[in-house]
Amino acid sequence: MTENTNIATEAREDWMGLLARAPDDALMSLWDGIQNRPSFEWLRSPEVGGVMVRGRTGGTGAPFNLGEMTVTRCSVVLQDGTVGHGYVQGRSKPKAEAAALVDAMMQTSAAGELQAQLLDPLHQQMQAAKTARAAKAAATKVEFFTLVRGED
Amino acid sequence: MAAQTQFSGGFENAPVQAAHAFRAAMTVMARPGEIRALTGIEPPAPLSLAAGTLLLTLCDPETKVHLAGDTDTDAGRKWLTFHTGAPIVSADQADFAVGTWRALGPLNAYRIGTPEYPDRSATLIVECDQLEQRAAVLSGPGIKDTARLSLPDVPALQSNATLFPLGCDFFFTSGDKIAALPRSTQIRTEG
Repeated sequence: MTENTNIATEAREDWMGLLARAPDDALMSLWDGIQNRPSFEWLRSPEVGGVMVRGRTGGTGAPFNLGEMTVTRCSVVLQDGTVGHGYVQGRSKPKAEAAALVDAMMQTSAAGELQAQLLDPLHQQMQAAKTARAAKAAATKVEFFTLVRGED
Repeated sequence: MAAQTQFSGGFENAPVQAAHAFRAAMTVMARPGEIRALTGIEPPAPLSLAAGTLLLTLCDPETKVHLAGDTDTDAGRKWLTFHTGAPIVSADQADFAVGTWRALGPLNAYRIGTPEYPDRSATLIVECDQLEQRAAVLSGPGIKDTARLSLPDVPALQSNATLFPLGCDFFFTSGDKIAALPRSTQIRTEG
């Protein structure tokens, strides 16, 4: 068991969350550009399932069920025993495999390289898409104001 | 896989292998005294292959599992949680309990069901040193005339059978071998 446990949970949450939300084509095109991928074995082959997304009003209220979404998950182990888990939205098994391998590699010495080549560009792409969408929506924003009514 | 690493040793092809294992478990429970072999996984020590396969086949996040004695290891807990998500509980709440006969302890610690819901009882997976078709004589549903099975403790199992329709059910595992004893089976020491 050589799984690194000194990695901050928050950092790992960051990249796993990024990989989970990443669009299929963006992640796969960046993943194709990664050289020297490690060999690995399956702990859990990719499987598609549904999870119930739950929310809390304002982050603190009573939990409620928001709806079900499709999730693909898998787990891999590298030669040195590092375990990587991939949980991604949608039904794409190659994407789940890529996410699990990235998670595993981020716990090894390849982390810096991978961060620069895959996670940072992916984050920028997703941020750009989000900003573009927000800008498009902002253009349609209607300013409401109250007319002064002629009564006192 | 060169060595057992964390979480390794689960089903490689879960749908097919779990179906085969379930079929074997169902067959031995339906025909007490019959011994079947299970294959396909490598559970962390000291769980036997058959006990590990049974746990992976039968457990899910809604079945409470009790790990008795030596089987309650950190690696074993993590392995079971990773593959099944089953909560680990004490003996009196367990749906499934696994361990040697000595570690499982007195049978009255386990749930035997209620008259309305006799299915709300524990199924014990007993790790045995050996499993052979000899010694105790079994008769009852699923057995044509009589069958023989090496049981760890005949008096305790006889008193469990008298509780029918309540009581616990048993799987016996040894290496890759599996046999079962439902509560409906009558046990005699000789004859």
